Amino acid sequence: MRLLKYLLPGVMLLGFVAQAQSPTYGVGRAPTAAEIEAWDIAIAPTGEELPDGSGTADLGAQLFLEKGCAGCHGTNGTNGIAPRLVKNDVGEVDNAWRYGRVLPIRSPYATTVWDYINRGMPLGAEGSLLADEVYSLTAYLLYLNDVITDDQLVLDQNSLPKIQMPNRDNWAQVPDWFPGQPRLEGYPY
Amino acid sequence: MGPKKQNRREFLKQGAAIAGGAAVGAASQSASAQLPGPEGFLHGRDDIVAYGQRSRFIESKRIPHGGRHSPDTFGLDFHIATPLQDQHGVITPSSLFYMGTTRGSYIPDIDPEKHRLMIHGLVDNPLVFTMEELKRLPSVTRMHFVECAGNRSNRRHTTVQETHGMTSNAEWTGVLLSTLLKEAGVKEGADWIVAEGVEEVKGASSIPMTKAMDDTLLAYSMNGEPVRPQQGFPLRMLAPGFEGIFNVKWLRRIKVVDQYYMTYNDYGHLTQDPATAALGYQIGPKSVIVHPSGGQTLPGAGYYQVSGLAWSGGGKVARVEVTTDGGETWFDAEIRGEPQAMAHTLFAFEWEWDGSPCELQSRCIDEIGQVQPSRAEVAEFWNQPADQPPRVRGQDNSIQPWRIESDGSIHNAIA
Ligand code: HEC
Repeated sequence: MRLLKYLLPGVMLLGFVAQAQSPTYGVGRAPTAAEIEAWDIAIAPTGEELPDGSGTADLGAQLFLEKGCAGCHGTNGTNGIAPRLVKNDVGEVDNAWRYGRVLPIRSPYATTVWDYINRGMPLGAEGSLLADEVYSLTAYLLYLNDVITDDQLVLDQNSLPKIQMPNRDNWAQVPDWFPGQPRLEGYPY
Repeated sequence: MGPKKQNRREFLKQGAAIAGGAAVGAASQSASAQLPGPEGFLHGRDDIVAYGQRSRFIESKRIPHGGRHSPDTFGLDFHIATPLQDQHGVITPSSLFYMGTTRGSYIPDIDPEKHRLMIHGLVDNPLVFTMEELKRLPSVTRMHFVECAGNRSNRRHTTVQETHGMTSNAEWTGVLLSTLLKEAGVKEGADWIVAEGVEEVKGASSIPMTKAMDDTLLAYSMNGEPVRPQQGFPLRMLAPGFEGIFNVKWLRRIKVVDQYYMTYNDYGHLTQDPATAALGYQIGPKSVIVHPSGGQTLPGAGYYQVSGLAWSGGGKVARVEVTTDGGETWFDAEIRGEPQAMAHTLFAFEWEWDGSPCELQSRCIDEIGQVQPSRAEVAEFWNQPADQPPRVRGQDNSIQPWRIESDGSIHNAIA
């Protein structure tokens, strides 16, 4: 059964690939490399799409005020009208999930924090931040959450994906999915 | 205009006035003989000729769902529930379709002429499509529900709109994602796609290639008209039977990738427990009685048709059972119409209420044999302590009990 589970996706994917050699309809056009680069804002946990640039928490603290983040999220990231960006004050806990649903502490990867700030913030002027600024703001939020302790630590495309978030391995993988299967093996409901 | 015509017009106008007078006379004469008429007549109006509207007597409306108001302080919409209690068929009107966004969103105002969909990543031929090009490709038309992960009944809810209003069902027309992926040529090792919208946070979700290649649909039409802006105009992805967040709205980009991308949407759905993760992916077998339901009142003992909706992320609804004695005895309900895969399905049950207190419930059994559980069954399965209220892991698909008092009032009976 287990074996079948692993074999199946391979077999199915081979099927896709075999059928996908040449276009059938010839509808649509090929994007240019520049178009793809401009559109492609998704950042993998491995960080492969991260752009050149760098930043530090020290610089991020300044940007947090200048870019209006503080105006919505509060000067300390805790007391604004927008969601808090700093872990809940629950003292030292053994399980980082207890800090609450706060992106820069709960996320297993720092790349998600970078990606979200880059694509979605500041609300109302999203997409306006430069890569350096996103690195710095990410560093600052990680610093506020004690994920990093050095406000001069340089975050860039190499160092950011290596940040050890407390939940790095502390989350449940989503299951493999196949059509016509129950949600959870052995669960009748 | 010539004199002849002028005369004719004069005549017609006078004639109309005379005829009008006669008609008024006739109307007043026959008023006592005829049945009472409507409250009035709506004279033709260009705007209503062009685009119809509902009766002024129908006030059915959506409501903000959960703790956070929509729109919020920033004007963001978050969770908005559909008035299931007012619905009798299986199609949710587009204007009343439930709405959910990635932790709050503005609705993008998109010119469909300018909208593009890009498919790139691990493909042989990256492609960009206009909406017109997408419409040239072979289409499918399917009924599918969408349901929010937050569609979770609790004891504070009084109506079915609150307990179950975060799901809706529509007829969707569009192109299968597999058609586009085959056109682009998926490379080996491409086990995931990341689908992304245009809204300000560019909500993006990781979806397994198995689902993308199976029945995932890029819809441009909903209930016979272009997909509504609140539902993703001009293009919405439907991952049938998957939780709402995977049904990416305002779709502009599909990146074919080799790993789970841990987007903000993905992150938001994380849990530490593998069972909860599995149960919060594909939606389980589920149903709810809509007529009668919480907040309504039965006028007295006698005949009632009990009816409701059943659905499952696992395929078609195979059977629905109804109990009127709180789960002691179950009867097969009648399925109305042909069940469709991952679509709301109407069921009905003929019932004679004797006027004494009772409890109505329904349960869905889907085509792959999954059975909708009671909360007690879930608690027992997970060996939850008896002194604690049952907790349904993952997406809540537990049975909804409605208690009917002898005065005919109907209440949410979740313990
Ligand atoms: C106009 C108000 C506003 C501004 C300015 C703003 N934000 Fe936000 N931010 C929000 C709102 C509201 C949310 C919640 C998400 C939503 O509803 O779309 C949010 C969410 C976030 C989150 C995710 C929080 C979580 O745990 O899920 C991060 C991180 C964030 N903002 C960072 C920033 C940064 C960095 C800046 C400055 C560059 C910034 N924000 C500027 C309003 C704002």
